[in-house]
Amino acid sequence: MISIEPVAAPDAPLARRNPVAKVAAALVFSFTLLATLDPVAPAIAIALELALLPLFGIRYRVLARRAWPLLLSAAGILVTLVLFAADRSGRVLLDAGPVLVSTGVLLTALGLVLRVFAVALPGVIVFATTDPTDLADALIQNVKAPARFAIGALAAFRLVPLLGQEWQMISMARRARGVDAGRNPVAKLRLFASTAFALLVGAIRRGTRLAVAMDARGFDAGTPRTVARRQHFTRADALLIAGAVVLAGAALTTSVLLGTFRPLIH
Amino acid sequence: MGGVLLRGFGWRHAGRRAWAVRGVDLRVEAGERVLLLGPSGAGKSTLLSALAGLLPEDSGEQEGTVEIDGLDPRKGRERVGIVFQDPETQLVMARCGDDVAFGLENRGVPADEIWPRVDEALHRVGFPYSSDRNTAALSGGEQQRLALAGALALRPALLLLDEPTANLDPAGADLVRQAVASALDADTTLILVEHRVAEALPLVDRVVVLEPGGGVRADGTPEAVFAAHGATLAAEGVWVPGHPIAPRPATTGPGELLLTADRLGLPPRLGSTDLAVRAGEALAVRGPNGAGKSTLALLLGGLLRPGTGRVTASAELAGADHRTPPHRWRAPALARRIGSVFQDPEHQFVTSTVFDELALGPRRTGQPEAVVKETVAGLLDRLRLARLAAANPYTLSGGEARRLSVATALATAPRLLICDEPTFGQDRRTWRELVDLFADLRDAGHGVVAVTHDADFVAALADRTVTLRPAPDDER
Repeated sequence: MISIEPVAAPDAPLARRNPVAKVAAALVFSFTLLATLDPVAPAIAIALELALLPLFGIRYRVLARRAWPLLLSAAGILVTLVLFAADRSGRVLLDAGPVLVSTGVLLTALGLVLRVFAVALPGVIVFATTDPTDLADALIQNVKAPARFAIGALAAFRLVPLLGQEWQMISMARRARGVDAGRNPVAKLRLFASTAFALLVGAIRRGTRLAVAMDARGFDAGTPRTVARRQHFTRADALLIAGAVVLAGAALTTSVLLGTFRPLIH
Repeated sequence: MGGVLLRGFGWRHAGRRAWAVRGVDLRVEAGERVLLLGPSGAGKSTLLSALAGLLPEDSGEQEGTVEIDGLDPRKGRERVGIVFQDPETQLVMARCGDDVAFGLENRGVPADEIWPRVDEALHRVGFPYSSDRNTAALSGGEQQRLALAGALALRPALLLLDEPTANLDPAGADLVRQAVASALDADTTLILVEHRVAEALPLVDRVVVLEPGGGVRADGTPEAVFAAHGATLAAEGVWVPGHPIAPRPATTGPGELLLTADRLGLPPRLGSTDLAVRAGEALAVRGPNGAGKSTLALLLGGLLRPGTGRVTASAELAGADHRTPPHRWRAPALARRIGSVFQDPEHQFVTSTVFDELALGPRRTGQPEAVVKETVAGLLDRLRLARLAAANPYTLSGGEARRLSVATALATAPRLLICDEPTFGQDRRTWRELVDLFADLRDAGHGVVAVTHDADFVAALADRTVTLRPAPDDER
């Protein structure tokens, strides 16, 4: 099941910040880190992110549970690089025929894994501390995003958890009709495709009905909208973004001073 | 305010040859309460959409005029509120209060007026939770009351209800109707579409019957309309009070054992359940929402792996396979023995024509093409689907889709048929056909299990009833 509920303590000092400010801070922080290929800057960034976690009201255990897909992709990167990296420099640690593990390979892999974590964690933190409704409100009120887009996406988002149940129902209904794939991989693929198509057809029909219901309640009818829930963008929110710039800059600067900085673009 | 005037009104959806509704002359005064009736396909929903201003000019062709307080409904949208049938696709926001506020925001109501009006609307429909309750955690009946609050918060002069209780269990439907009765202002006009006339009558003082070919067949007080047209309407599928349907008790006693459930459960959805199904028997499974009725149907149908206990098929049902539990049978073997009919017919459709839909099961179970053709022709005939053989299953009406979904389960001639709410939202004609069909199957030696809220259906068909209780809290 896809969880869309925030998991953080809602009154933690940074969790309370304006959703747009949180998204902006996360984007600034992540994009700055993309500038370097070395392992030091992302390692510092991860340390900073983890140190700030309590201010977002997220417990480490909860984060670990949320971030497990990241661990999975990290393992994937490690394996791929060990097997296929072109750069085989450095001291050889293991030579088993086609598999040649050297310090150079391990260093590159470590750098990439750390980058994935450093870049993705801010996003994980933002979505763990932000209510989707608040985000849509803030997008409309603070950055003047069109309501048609923000509320429309929010309403569609609400239907996402239904898709999982729907998939299960369609699969069971097919089995009841005598349709299964057994052990044949081609039949499995075809069954998957036809189930996905049925899911899509259902989703479009539901989306159409929802659009009519929203239309009936005056959505996007040209009347200027008012807002029931005010989102404020305060100095603290600006400070959060500035803080993200400063911290990401500090991580890069440390890396430059240590001589490990490897720019993405030479 | 809230007066409706239709003059020779007709609408044809773009790309369709037939008019959805045509030649309607109707005047409804402000504050009137009107029940709009007509057989399936008479254009009731299209008429409501037109009144709600939800038929854009470029989406079809219009004849005549429709006016609300002298205005084109497309321009007078703020006068009209509408509640549809499907609870799931009417709610927009994650929190109940926000959802009611949604319409107020759209209409530009000043921010400081929004929350008092939200609270008032929730109070009027008897909404039992606080306004920050998650909308996904509500039952269907609660969601419909919330949708009603969302419509009423806009203070419409005309309220349109398009079968708002058709997808609800009886208790939920009652609460929605009570909410409508108590929440309406005296000067609000109401136009209601509803098959279940007896339940709707306390809400209305006038009945209008649309003629499927066009025009208005009857218009007047409920007494006058039903005295003159009751029998015809009942035959056409409207649930007119005072036209009972004869029950179909079993003609013979139950036969061999087909399927047994021992301490069968799937925590937290279903607590431990024991039951046995026999050939020549119609078994009804009842129980409140959340008791796990649908889960039980899926477990008995061999579609879910049991969490606790087991399902055992008899040798009579499964032959040499009776030592394997049904959920581990290959799908074609399952379809030959146990047929499942899902609550939502559309979940079951796999192909693009009604004919292929019926032919799928027999083909999957290895029947020769001549036998397939014969089976399909027989089912098309028996379930009044013959003229739709080439139609796409997704374009069928509710009643047609239900008949097709039952027919697809019958196509492989399973000995046991398991149905989840087969009569939900069905008109009286389809309902009667389903009772007769299931009774015929039972009397021919099939086992029939129906999970249902429908007390009339149980009374008309069931030989035995099993009532589920909600799973105890420690298992949830």
